[in-house]
Amino acid sequence: MDVLTLSRLQFALTSAFHFIFVPLTLGLSILTAYMETRYVRSGDETYLKMVKFWGKLFLINFALGVVTGITLEFQFGMNWAEYSKYVGDIFGAPLAIEATVAFFLESVFIGLWIFGWNRVSKRVHLLAIWIVAIATNLSALWILLANGWMQHPVGYVLRNGRAEMVDFMAMVTNPYGLLKFGHQLVSGYTVGAFFVMGVSAWHLLRNNRPDFFRRSFRIAAVFGLVSTLLVAVIGDFHAVEVAKTQPAKFAAMESIWETRKGVGLNLLLIPDPIRECNSFEQLCIPNAVSLLAFHTPDAEIKGLKEFPPELRPPVQPVFWSFRLMVGLGTFFIIAALLAVIISRRDDLERNRLFLRILVWSIPLPYIANQLGWIVAEVGRQPWIVYGVLKTSDAVSKSITTGQVLGSLIGFVLLYAVLGAVDIYLLAKFARKGPDDDLSAIIKPTFQHIKAQDLGQEA
Amino acid sequence: MEFQIIWFVLWGVLWAVYFMLDGFVLGTGMLHYLLGKSDGDRRVLINTIGPVWDGNEVWLITAGGATFAAFPTTYALMFSYLYTALLLLLFALIIRGVSYEFRGKVDNAGWRKVWDGAILLGNFLPALLFGVAFGNIFAGLPMDAGGYHGSLLQLLNPYGLLTGLLFVALFAVHGSLYAAVKTRGELSKRSAAMAKKLWPALLVVAVAFLGYTQFATRLYDNYLSQPALLAVPLLAVASLLGIRVFAGRGKLLPAFAASCLTILLVVGTGVIGLFPNLIPSSLDPAYSLTIFNSSSSPYTLKIMTVVAFIFVPIVIAYKIWVYRIFRAPVSEAEVLGDRQAY
Ligand code: HDD
Ligand code: HEM
Ligand code: HEM
Repeated sequence: MDVLTLSRLQFALTSAFHFIFVPLTLGLSILTAYMETRYVRSGDETYLKMVKFWGKLFLINFALGVVTGITLEFQFGMNWAEYSKYVGDIFGAPLAIEATVAFFLESVFIGLWIFGWNRVSKRVHLLAIWIVAIATNLSALWILLANGWMQHPVGYVLRNGRAEMVDFMAMVTNPYGLLKFGHQLVSGYTVGAFFVMGVSAWHLLRNNRPDFFRRSFRIAAVFGLVSTLLVAVIGDFHAVEVAKTQPAKFAAMESIWETRKGVGLNLLLIPDPIRECNSFEQLCIPNAVSLLAFHTPDAEIKGLKEFPPELRPPVQPVFWSFRLMVGLGTFFIIAALLAVIISRRDDLERNRLFLRILVWSIPLPYIANQLGWIVAEVGRQPWIVYGVLKTSDAVSKSITTGQVLGSLIGFVLLYAVLGAVDIYLLAKFARKGPDDDLSAIIKPTFQHIKAQDLGQEA
Repeated sequence: MEFQIIWFVLWGVLWAVYFMLDGFVLGTGMLHYLLGKSDGDRRVLINTIGPVWDGNEVWLITAGGATFAAFPTTYALMFSYLYTALLLLLFALIIRGVSYEFRGKVDNAGWRKVWDGAILLGNFLPALLFGVAFGNIFAGLPMDAGGYHGSLLQLLNPYGLLTGLLFVALFAVHGSLYAAVKTRGELSKRSAAMAKKLWPALLVVAVAFLGYTQFATRLYDNYLSQPALLAVPLLAVASLLGIRVFAGRGKLLPAFAASCLTILLVVGTGVIGLFPNLIPSSLDPAYSLTIFNSSSSPYTLKIMTVVAFIFVPIVIAYKIWVYRIFRAPVSEAEVLGDRQAY
């Protein structure tokens, strides 16, 4: 394999790995902040226990989100030096802004939140978690504006042998980036909601702390229903934007080969990229693709044959990822709706089959998130910046196959170990359930510790 | 033109502040076993840096991001030329970050030992590698029209290694002083004694570095043409001596302040010497990466200047506020009583 292939593999792997942790951070930070708000408002200690329990899981997850992010920033220079030189004038700005505006806030206030229980007032402590939650969303905004620019470059001119920024506001208001941001936020919230519902369901099935987990479940169910509905709505608008700006990607998402008007949606379809057609088409909803793409029933859709083969993205991964993502999205809406209805009744624990389904559903929103990124990134190929720079021209010139192979193997090994440890810890603390000892928060306990407890591990 | 100079200054400031802040994290981490004799001690040490280490590391991310946004060509070439060295640095920082979080999560001595080792490695290696990287940047990288002609082994030349040693020694003293200020009792005393014990070594390395720099780099050229600038290295030496004076009198906080200042001024000394280069070429100055031939467009620099001038002061303000909240020394009893602690 060559430097290009290995670098692509490495970037895909490391960004996908970062992205195992990011969506839960997005969702769980908001849920934890909400629970702490309820605690500060009501003084009800159950909410405080919720904050402690879900907050601990949030932190275990957050740790890996932090350390795996730096890899991505380094890689733009390490593996994609030609890219960084060519578009750094415009692409570097959102990354630097993300660090200055979001990462600082996040990292400083998370420190205050973790260690500040006894040092600041309840309100300041609450403020800290809200700042963390907002900063997480802000960091998503800037990174997605950066990525949105790669998908649909705006506000630049080609000058001095590179892309130079001429209109900052165009990049900041790029509809592609903003839609990505909106869609991504609510996808993250969906992960958070299903995580909390799934873990709660696991405990409810064992009749473990029913009051605590019923209340957690209810909060997550409502949050989940709102989020999943928004995922679909914003996703639909996102698809319109894709159809407009990246017709080849859209054609691959729906596996459309011929340019036609009023295209229908085949619910069952198998693409055949070799013969440039679909080998199986059934259950057609008339005009549905045209409606989806342009919100008009007889709109014309460009087929893949419109593009020379070397400018088409690989159809299979894009098509199947998109199908599966949308399918999962539909499932999430139904599941969240049922969850809201059932959790309003008193017999939540008796719906054992439903609870079991929710436990098994914990990974599904994660999978949907990864699939979405495969649609977005693989569907953009062969371009790294759509219509401006090819991925094959973006790779560093000074690195060797041996170097990248070595780093790729290193990442695989290191990430495998870290991922395993993190999932083990998450499962361990999720199963353990909430801690009833709130002494460390309510009063500073260190005066109450007996002398012999000190230094016993020496 | 002026924006490029503003960004050069900001670039230097970001690195200097990063080393001042992460320096004490790296330092306490390197000395994890020497200062922390018992598990309780080591927990206290981890908890002294617990609330702040991530915020400190973000200065590195910002320094990297600022290089990307303001000097994209330098960012691209520096990161791809130093591929393997940066990879090692990255792995070390990743391991360090998770080890703080993971260590206390399983109640098992073997588990803690693994992560204690990770803390040692994850802090020592970055200190050394940063020094080696900056030493090589000061001396210049072998690059010309044909690209880069160096390798990982060539980075480990005597001057690179000496700079690595300088960083390690600086951070070790800095970290011990931080631990001395931020802990109580025996641990604090041991840390202060460690700082005093390490200081002569630091002095020797620093003198060797200043001398060798004359032969290995062109850093002193700027000082010869603008003698007023010599104030920076002279103050660096003065504050280095100040560390010993204050530490000797048991004035720990001023000693720590002096070591903060020393780090800022040492980085300042190097960065001033580099100007207007970001990475000199050791083969042919025509291929040096300067702030003029590798910068972003004036428009981008202007936008980034506005962003920096608004947000960096805000960041500094809330950072100071949070540091003040956590200014009290950490004690073992407190760590044991707090379930949220590491
Ligand atoms: C819980 C996860 C989840 C779910 C259920 C959905 N999506 Fe999604 N989708 C994502 C999570 C996601 C994502 C991971 O957040 C992506 C990747 C890139 C992005 O911006 O968002 C994405 C990308 C993405 C793209 C491609 C963006 C691009 O090319 O840049 C489109 C067109 C849609 N989505 C549309 C939809 C529609 C119509 C859905 C119907 C229900 C849907 N998504 C469900
Ligand atoms: C976090 C979720 C993300 C995931 C899971 C992801 C996944 C992927 C995948 C699978 C590819 C490979 C496409 C291919 O080679 O066929 C890719 C390419 C790429 N992505 Fe992303 N991506 C993510 C976010 C981003 C963001 C936010 C950016 C920019 C800010 C970005 C920049 C790139 C670049 C530069 C490439 C080109 C390298 C390549 O083709 O492999 N990615 N990504
Ligand atoms: C949709 C995509 C992404 C989202 C929502 C996201 C969000 C996050 C979050 C929540 C964190 C933890 C923040 C913290 O440390 O305080 C993080 C860390 C980080 N991310 Fe991402 N990320 C995404 C993709 C990327 C990509 C493609 C890059 C590469 C430029 C990146 C760069 C970073 C960096 C440098 C960190 C480390 C911050 C630190 O150490 O504090 N992220 N990201």
